[in-house]
Amino acid sequence: MKYVDEFRDGRLARVVRAQLEAEVEPRRSYRLMEFCGGHTHAIFRYGIQDLLPAGVQMVHGPGCPVCVLPVGRLDMAIEIAQRPEVILCSYGDMLRVPGSGRRSLLKAKSEGADVRMVYSAADALALARAEPDREVVFFAIGFETTTPPTAVALRRAIDEELSNFSVFCNHVLTPAAITSILESPEAREIGTVGIDGFLGPAHVSVVIGSQPYESFAEEYRKPVVIAGFEPLDVLQSILMLVRQLNDGRACVENQYTRAVSRHGNLRAQRLVSELFERREDFEWRGLGRVPYSALRIKDRFAAFDAESRFAPAERRARENRECKCPQILRGAAKPHDCKLFGTVCVPENPIGSCMVSAEGACAAYWTYRRHETLSLKA
Amino acid sequence: MSTPPRATPAERIELAHGAGGRRMTELIDGLFKRHLSNAWLERGEDSAVLARPDGRIAATTDGYVIDPLVFPGGDIGSLAVHGTINDLAMAGARPFALTAGFILEEGLALAELDRIVASMAAAAVAAGVAVVGGDTKVVERGKGDGVFITTTGVGEIPPGVELGVERIAVGDVVVVSGTVGDHGVAVMSRRAGIAFETEIVSDSAPLHELVARMLQRVPGLHALRDPTRGGLAATLNEIAVARGVGITLRADRLPVRDGVNAACELLGLDPLHVANEGKLVAFCPPDAAEALLAAMRAHPLGRDAAVAGTVAAGPPGLVELETGFGGRRVVDWLAGDQLPRIC
Repeated sequence: MKYVDEFRDGRLARVVRAQLEAEVEPRRSYRLMEFCGGHTHAIFRYGIQDLLPAGVQMVHGPGCPVCVLPVGRLDMAIEIAQRPEVILCSYGDMLRVPGSGRRSLLKAKSEGADVRMVYSAADALALARAEPDREVVFFAIGFETTTPPTAVALRRAIDEELSNFSVFCNHVLTPAAITSILESPEAREIGTVGIDGFLGPAHVSVVIGSQPYESFAEEYRKPVVIAGFEPLDVLQSILMLVRQLNDGRACVENQYTRAVSRHGNLRAQRLVSELFERREDFEWRGLGRVPYSALRIKDRFAAFDAESRFAPAERRARENRECKCPQILRGAAKPHDCKLFGTVCVPENPIGSCMVSAEGACAAYWTYRRHETLSLKA
Repeated sequence: MSTPPRATPAERIELAHGAGGRRMTELIDGLFKRHLSNAWLERGEDSAVLARPDGRIAATTDGYVIDPLVFPGGDIGSLAVHGTINDLAMAGARPFALTAGFILEEGLALAELDRIVASMAAAAVAAGVAVVGGDTKVVERGKGDGVFITTTGVGEIPPGVELGVERIAVGDVVVVSGTVGDHGVAVMSRRAGIAFETEIVSDSAPLHELVARMLQRVPGLHALRDPTRGGLAATLNEIAVARGVGITLRADRLPVRDGVNAACELLGLDPLHVANEGKLVAFCPPDAAEALLAAMRAHPLGRDAAVAGTVAAGPPGLVELETGFGGRRVVDWLAGDQLPRIC
């Protein structure tokens, strides 16, 4: 595939690997967090850890929207789906996620709820036009990347006065989550394990630009490299972070110059801010309540907001106390540190958020590296 | 005997077509027997009586519930023939007879059923296998999905052929007969909601002749499998677990079409998890690999055959992939289906 294979070239990877080996300072440790589950997935899928010098450690962040969606929000979606007039449209990876009492959207579907898998918000909108007698609800999740498509669908529905379409909004914000990690007890306490730098998700920055990360570099003195998702992108970004740390620099660098600019996609940002506003706080599975970390639909458009339209009961679900996901998501523990990993918590029966989606850290260790991980655990 | 009445294309399946009365006879004579005609069906007995072959008999059954019924490169009719023949072929058997059970949904257009049965008949003739018996039931509208087909097949295993997972040994090479993922991608490209344009067609094909060639050339072949649902990843994981061995694949040796790679990239799938309906994976001792490859490549269905991996002592039960990028990873099987009903 043109424009993809070039970024998966094994020979170029060996060149970057040699540079890394030459530049990584012996006895120094580089703890780098890839925020996004897409990066975690790429690292495991291509075996990038095998190419890194011993001193470079990847720490896996909370950037997987399915993983961090709290069980209570999923329960609300299931409640909406159970209404006989509703067709609930969801992205496929949300369908199997267990909510309270291990009930998932798929289970609700088998009991008669009309739940449909869609590939985009536009598909849900098309369904609403085709089924005027039903209430079509789009279960919107995701970071800044999936928010603009939701906004476009919402804008169209408003303009067309499509009265049977609404959105259950769970869109969350990347910079707020990174702040929460930097403010976490492990990161603040001097002498405990910290994070030396961040790989920023390029797809998010296509929308929001690289500018929102500048404060992390300035205030927290953490270098950030906006990184693409192909394996060479990731490897090169790691090299860029290593160079900043070696030089004692902390700035925002852009590896994904083929699509990311400092200010991002202004048109998309305008549309999003026209329709959505920040929630005062939002619960993240694993991180707890994070201030100003999610979006809600503005009151003016409440008719298109499934939360005000169907008023599902607010729920708080309790997590398993043995589960180490909160520490794993902040980079303070690894999957093999968790008692539940691989024993009761496996992809078929996920207990914690990191096992829920294929992009979660525990799911990636289990899927791609379980042999080594289980031996470390023993 | 008078000519049986033909079903007119505008008609649809009604509950009466399954009720055992005249409508049912009209459907069987006018549609099924017209396409699948052979001595056993003409006799119209409750059972087909077959001559006993010399060798051992392989028997298998498989249900087909694919959505959509027609896809690029095939349809549920041809698939129901190929899939069952291939299960027989993986035991080294030469298939000689099939039976077919049809569950029809009230409202199915007879013209569509006609096309499906015609395609089934053509696939059976091309494979040299007779459909010697069948059954038809009709369910109410909404209780089926057009048509479900179950085929049962029997085949003869020639003397001296011994295939089985228990014969797989450490050091064996893993040979795939061609590109992986074609069938799944072709089906997904026509599925409501995700339809996309691709030149990929299903690989649905009968593999028994390719297998006969392979066995002729390499009688010491250890085992054969057809990686259908769950793709090559599921098949290899089953074997690794059953034999307590490790299997290592090499990404750069694995044949995958560009269009399949592109579609998988778009949909977030791994070609190793995508279904095949005309591919096999063979295990053989390393010294026979070259002869096996030559035999496979000489047959049209094995033209792209490649050694994709090896069997190792460990880690037991694990399938690993050497990525083209220079790292390694586990090739897992899926917790559930990627997408439902692809066969």
